[in-house]
Amino acid sequence: MRVPYTWLREYCDPGVPVEELAERLVMTGTEVERVDVVGPPSADNFVVGKVTEAVQHPDADRLRVCTVEVGEDGPRTIVCGAPNVAAGQTVAVALPGARMPGGEKLRKAKLRGVASEGMILAADELEIGEDHDGTLVLDEAHAAGTPLAAVIPLAEPVLEIEVTPNRSDCFGVFGVAREVHAVTGAPLSAEPWAEDAPAAGDGEVNDFAKVTVEVPDLCPRFTARVFKGVKVGPSPLWLQERLAAAGMRPISNVVDITNYAMLLTAQPLHAYDLAKLPGGELIVRTARPGEKMTTLDGVERELDAETVLVCDRDGPTGIAALMGGQVSEVSDETTEVLLEVANWNGANVLRTSRRLALRSEASARFEKQLHPELTMRAQAIASKLLVELAGATLVPGTIDVAAPEPEPHTLRLRAARVSGVLGMEIPPADQAAYLERLGFGVEADGDDLLATVPPDRYYDVTREIDLIEEVGRLHGFDRHLPTTLPPVGAGKVGRLNRTQRLRRRAEDELRDLGFDQIVGWSFTDPGEAGRLRIEEPDQRADPILVANPLSDEGAAMRTTLLGSLLDVASRNLARGRESVALFEAGAVYLRGTPPESGGPLAGDFPGDTPAPATEPHRYGALAVGPLVPKSWRGGGEPADFFALKGVLEALAAGLGCPPLEFVSATEPFLHPGRSAAVSIAGAPLGWLGEVHPLVCRTWDIDAAVGFEIDAAPLLAAATLGEEAFEDLTTFPAIRQDLAIVAPTAVSAAKIRATVIEGGGELLTSVELFDRYEGAQVGEGKVSLALRLEFRAPDRTLADEEVGGLRAAIAADLEGIGAQIRGATEASGSPVDE
Amino acid sequence: MLERIEKLRVAGTEAIVDASSSAELEELRVRFLGRKAELTQILRGIAQLPAAERGPVGGAANKARKELEALIEQSAERAGAAELDARLVADRVDVTLPGAPPRPLGHQHLIARTTRLIEDIMVGLGYEVAEGPEIEHDYYNFTALNHPADHPARMLQDTFYVRSHPDVLLRTHTSPMQIRAMETQGPPLFIVIPGKVYRRDSDATHSPMFHQMEGLAVAEGLTLADLQGTLLAMSRALFGDTREVRLRPHYFPFTEPSVEVDVSCFQCEGTGVLPGGGRCNLCKGQGWIEILGAGMVDPNVLGFVEDHGYDPERVQGFAFGLGIERVAMLRHSIPDLRRFFDNDVRMLEQFS
Repeated sequence: MRVPYTWLREYCDPGVPVEELAERLVMTGTEVERVDVVGPPSADNFVVGKVTEAVQHPDADRLRVCTVEVGEDGPRTIVCGAPNVAAGQTVAVALPGARMPGGEKLRKAKLRGVASEGMILAADELEIGEDHDGTLVLDEAHAAGTPLAAVIPLAEPVLEIEVTPNRSDCFGVFGVAREVHAVTGAPLSAEPWAEDAPAAGDGEVNDFAKVTVEVPDLCPRFTARVFKGVKVGPSPLWLQERLAAAGMRPISNVVDITNYAMLLTAQPLHAYDLAKLPGGELIVRTARPGEKMTTLDGVERELDAETVLVCDRDGPTGIAALMGGQVSEVSDETTEVLLEVANWNGANVLRTSRRLALRSEASARFEKQLHPELTMRAQAIASKLLVELAGATLVPGTIDVAAPEPEPHTLRLRAARVSGVLGMEIPPADQAAYLERLGFGVEADGDDLLATVPPDRYYDVTREIDLIEEVGRLHGFDRHLPTTLPPVGAGKVGRLNRTQRLRRRAEDELRDLGFDQIVGWSFTDPGEAGRLRIEEPDQRADPILVANPLSDEGAAMRTTLLGSLLDVASRNLARGRESVALFEAGAVYLRGTPPESGGPLAGDFPGDTPAPATEPHRYGALAVGPLVPKSWRGGGEPADFFALKGVLEALAAGLGCPPLEFVSATEPFLHPGRSAAVSIAGAPLGWLGEVHPLVCRTWDIDAAVGFEIDAAPLLAAATLGEEAFEDLTTFPAIRQDLAIVAPTAVSAAKIRATVIEGGGELLTSVELFDRYEGAQVGEGKVSLALRLEFRAPDRTLADEEVGGLRAAIAADLEGIGAQIRGATEASGSPVDE
Repeated sequence: MLERIEKLRVAGTEAIVDASSSAELEELRVRFLGRKAELTQILRGIAQLPAAERGPVGGAANKARKELEALIEQSAERAGAAELDARLVADRVDVTLPGAPPRPLGHQHLIARTTRLIEDIMVGLGYEVAEGPEIEHDYYNFTALNHPADHPARMLQDTFYVRSHPDVLLRTHTSPMQIRAMETQGPPLFIVIPGKVYRRDSDATHSPMFHQMEGLAVAEGLTLADLQGTLLAMSRALFGDTREVRLRPHYFPFTEPSVEVDVSCFQCEGTGVLPGGGRCNLCKGQGWIEILGAGMVDPNVLGFVEDHGYDPERVQGFAFGLGIERVAMLRHSIPDLRRFFDNDVRMLEQFS
């Protein structure tokens, strides 16, 4: 909402510079986005001029050389390009030294050899309108040399106000004036609609027009007046200037008057050419099934049963509150006007506006729900101006089709409640004064106040808390609100819960293992699954779709973290990076209700509605190139399956999880020979593997390796923070190294499990530290070197005891076709740390 | 014979003391103590001596031998250390070569870091942390937050909806968790909720996905002044101990009164003017920077959870919603919101 300052001051003049007023409004709840200046930055050197002579320029067809009286200094010669300039005109003149809108300073200049001492102005040069062709012709009553600012506002400050949805009253200049009155205490003028236009002539409005409202719930009030003898033409300059400063284009006096009345009262109006309404009849109804209408913008629109139409006898002329009709539009030939001022159901207007993607100055007001009483205010303002400025005669009477007016409401404001909510004392007399200035009727009732809400605030102020806000904001939070800290806790301390602490730890570990954390988009394009070679019926090929995405790239919710990891890797590589190690901790979005109900905090939907999605929190990592950079000392081997397996195992170990389990298994986007399914304590966790070369190619990456695991089972298995002391120092351990030869078909995990089985509970650790495949062990065989550690909690183990266990291990290994090639005591054994 | 032994002892001692290398000492050991050495021969020949001489000669020879042995050992140790030093000096490296790179550390994303920072501040003030779903029901995102259907307040946030579920949307704020938390736990309640939120908007200061930190406090007797104190404490922890905050009345459907909150500019100390005299670019000369929206929980919102112990006549509270990217942008001079989601490692690696 743009509020020209001179217009505002007509009703309430705070007597302070506009910037100071803006600051005070901001601090009391009226958001002034900025103070704009319309027209030149200063009124200096702009005067009224009289053209005494206008002759053809000797060397330019389109220019005229004018002699212009500008007051005491004597006539000036001004070269002018306007085709309509003529001797005898009273015009607006900018003299050398004037600053034009935009800040440029006007100087004397030679135009085709003729010196020009100023400029005769067109409307656009003063930012009054868009007209550039003709000079602005002023009323000849103004004397030459009169400062132009005395005729039309120059350097007009305009308050640009962001009106919040609750304050429909501030969509009108008088509403803003009331707010200025409330905030500053400066006097407020009488309501400008207090005085109505005089009606004249024979007959009355029902002789010329008829209104039928079929849907009173959607159209609570419809008022209409009829004007005869209307002379359509341009509006007077002051009206054009006001509309232009308020951001509306001047069109013609009738249309300008409806806009002016709307800008003043917040109530939109609509003028019809009565002659073009058959029988002068209007019908308000909802659209019929399948009904279509071509609106003023030339678009054929399909209407639904909730769309409210204003129709004449031939059919729809407009969509209520949104758009008028072409046929009955006021034109230069119009002499009879029907002026509609209606009240519409705000929710319905908003719905239709969104459905048809149509918005207007009027709908922006109507959708906030105006009070029906506002209609007659706008009728009064517009009627007076039509009579005064368009020579119209107001036909006696007003058609007023109204549902019962909403009951006024009176609210109780308890004294204790004000300070109880705000923590700030406001003297009761001040509270009453603030409410009265805002237009409330106020009555004392003991310590309490009874406040009757004015129509302008009817739908906004409905409860005691709303009154508390009003008195609080006018008292001034910036000036009076104390600063206190609440007593938090009541026996509780603030802290992170265990899951939150573990999540932080997991992220820290991935970071410390060399991975940069990324935050990827939750949405992706529906084609991502295909690029990852994921196909139906895989759940991940059927993502949750966004109904109204900004673009196709945000049309699907991600079902894996891999897509954003590949996107980020690819982008960084394209920008010249040679290697990346990335991780993300975040959700993916899968169809289906979570298997267990966890209450509202866990994401349950209200009532019996099943949640349509689960959002498992995951860790994903992706490495391209080496984890340790190549240097003059070596290194630089690209990360492979085992590099990421090590990272994943370190992550789990750091959380105090039991060892992860890996089985050969693949995913459509992974290298089928170098990928594994990961689980923990029997619970599935996710995948690990080298990314399939075809997927890499799609993302323009040479090779990549990664993993993606669910956080929940990992964190559930974590024992970090719950460790119990274990005595590892009193009795020494015994270490033994075993070399085992086994068929390559037997997995390392199988051999390890067999060793552990044979070693029994005294075998506390098994580490594989070497692996050999080649001539020395023979075709189809592999040699593995294992370091074993035996320990008893209550005694020092004897060599014979360990020897027995070794024999048991050897026997078990025979069972899977493996042999111990040799056993040596590891150096330094027995160990005593 | 005894004289001869003494002569050998003296000669040996002198030679050993003069010797400077391990090799020389080894040679002397052979010469004076080896199998063919005179002293060794004397000891070996003791049995042939007359009985009366055996004792004194044997004693003297043994003593001399032990003395020389000890002396050689001592000298050898000294010579060995000197020779090792000489070898080590020769094994000199170019200390100006770069160090071997350790496995590099990764970096925490600035959003995660800022989230933790705010969480820790609020935990310090006694709050707990909760999280919730991003795919949300209209009831929690709007209705229970006092946004009735077809109310203009819903236009404040342009919403992404989920296809074929007209009541399901991507949450536009972390505020639905206010309701979820109150349904789960009775008052007093002091929680913060970090998380992703979504709005249909995209430019340098708007991203279709961004992060918020919701704060909610509900108990008996909480006031707007308490909100101001809480936000002042948080703002000082985030932006410096000399910060001030101010509350500007505003409108949000789920708080009443509602406020927008400004913090005094930490670049110009709230003056709007930089030390050089220029206009402060951070606060645009205002001296204040808008950081969040807040307010007293609207009684209508409490009405939706009245069955869970939230009687609007008995308890009241305040809530606030802070943009996490906004805090990070201010603290680290980041010009464009979209950079957070670009994930250029050259940016990521600037923040640990």
